[in-house]
Amino acid sequence: MFEALQYGFMQRALIAGLLTAVAASYYGVFVVQRGMSFLGNGLAHATFGGVALALLLNQEPLWVAVPFTVLVAVLITYVRDRTGLAPDTVIGIFFALSMALGIVFISRIQTYTTDAFHYLFGSILAVTETDIVASVFILLLILITLRLWGRWAYATIDREAALADRIPVKFDDYLLSVLIALTIVVSAKIVGIVLISAFLVIPAASARLVSRRFLGMTVVSVVIGVVTVIIGLMCSFQFDLPSGASIILVQALIFTVCLLISMVAGARASLISKSAVRSKS
Amino acid sequence: MVLNIFGFILFTYLMVNVIEIANVSVRLGDFLALRDISVNIQTGDFVAIIGPNGSGKSTLLRAILGLVPLESGRIKIFDKELKMIPPEWIGYVPQLKTVDRNFPAVTCDLVTSGIHRRWPGILTKKDHESVSEVLAKVGAEHLNHKPLGQLSGGEIQRVYLARALVRKPKILLLDEPATGIDAVGEDYMYSILDEHLERADTTVLMVTHDWLTAKHHANQVLLLNHKLIAEGPPSEALNDKHLRAAFGHVGHAHDLPCDGASDV
Repeated sequence: MFEALQYGFMQRALIAGLLTAVAASYYGVFVVQRGMSFLGNGLAHATFGGVALALLLNQEPLWVAVPFTVLVAVLITYVRDRTGLAPDTVIGIFFALSMALGIVFISRIQTYTTDAFHYLFGSILAVTETDIVASVFILLLILITLRLWGRWAYATIDREAALADRIPVKFDDYLLSVLIALTIVVSAKIVGIVLISAFLVIPAASARLVSRRFLGMTVVSVVIGVVTVIIGLMCSFQFDLPSGASIILVQALIFTVCLLISMVAGARASLISKSAVRSKS
Repeated sequence: MVLNIFGFILFTYLMVNVIEIANVSVRLGDFLALRDISVNIQTGDFVAIIGPNGSGKSTLLRAILGLVPLESGRIKIFDKELKMIPPEWIGYVPQLKTVDRNFPAVTCDLVTSGIHRRWPGILTKKDHESVSEVLAKVGAEHLNHKPLGQLSGGEIQRVYLARALVRKPKILLLDEPATGIDAVGEDYMYSILDEHLERADTTVLMVTHDWLTAKHHANQVLLLNHKLIAEGPPSEALNDKHLRAAFGHVGHAHDLPCDGASDV
């Protein structure tokens, strides 16, 4: 396992993977609890549009995909806020629009490019030093906004009460959307656009199954994100598998374990309460 | 004589307007939900806001909280604009439906959020003491570590009341606090509220459909149907004429065990 770390590409993939895993699984708890899982899908496809545009313009994909995806994130939040349309409807529209633009851009590229496939399915070979710098930047953003965790959680459980307590809930909606968009763009090269929403959702959903409190859910989600990236990347290296698929398969396995734990715990609690009722009667 | 004058001055000083609503209109989309409402609410008042469904009762509470923009008029709290008042001065019990019951949290988390105005991570010893004290006050100390998803409708209303009281508010806004509670639970909740108000200098505004509750617990009533139909003590505001104007009928108001049948 440690022999893999001798390779520069593997070191870069692991650093970028761990940093983006922290970000994705941290924001994932808000995505899951706010019922915004489809947002991850929508923004991933916006990333595809941005990457395709960059390839058409012969630019570094990250620098075009970042503003493109952030713009789509802001537009989704704005249209949802202003029209009262259901979030999945608005996301679905921008999802399709970004994908259509991406396909049009790709079709205009004269030469064959493998970059688009790296972004679509994820590749540990494609991670550059620029991606690592971007991942560090994402982690810094989390540290800077860490003190907002409490007010984001407050608005997640009871938006009305948060508004009454003068929490800038609408500003936070935009901020959270932009931060999620940045995380998705930076994670795209490792996990792949087609799987990235799972990267955002599965650690948080698994954590939800085994947590009683939101702080616990956040910590467990980040731990699952980090551990599954390490195992997933090692499997990718060992068995020559696409990195994104390997990570998501490991996360799916962890989700299954958490599901079983929660079902066993639920059945046990039900048995205990039944025996308590019996002993009272 | 000197004492009487002093008492009068003190009484006048204490009876300041806690909430001053002047010519307030609120538009929700194309619909004028509140029309030209003017009311003054004074220290220690227990005000019941009564009216039919969709008459603007909750909108009035939300306007006081600054949750809906005013089309015209102004609302002052302690003679100041809302944003000049610390949010901790106002305790709010929203309608049950605003809470996400699927959120991973236990009761003490929710109550502590009332102290800090954000979701708590690690609770301090002081947080635990404050939460235990207020939960005991509302008769819910046994719910301290119970997950929110396992609380009944009545239990969660009690917990929400605890969350509003834990910050020791000067103003308590209750939006149909008895929703989802059975008759016994409702009586218990109002007894908690009455007991608290006897000891604390809190002004209460409560949205309710229930005229009987208003009669028993409130000292002031605002009868509302988009515009203010009547205001004053229950015995004056809840008469046949006003109730017909608000509801189109007088319903069970005749059954109220009021001081005199003619009152209602």
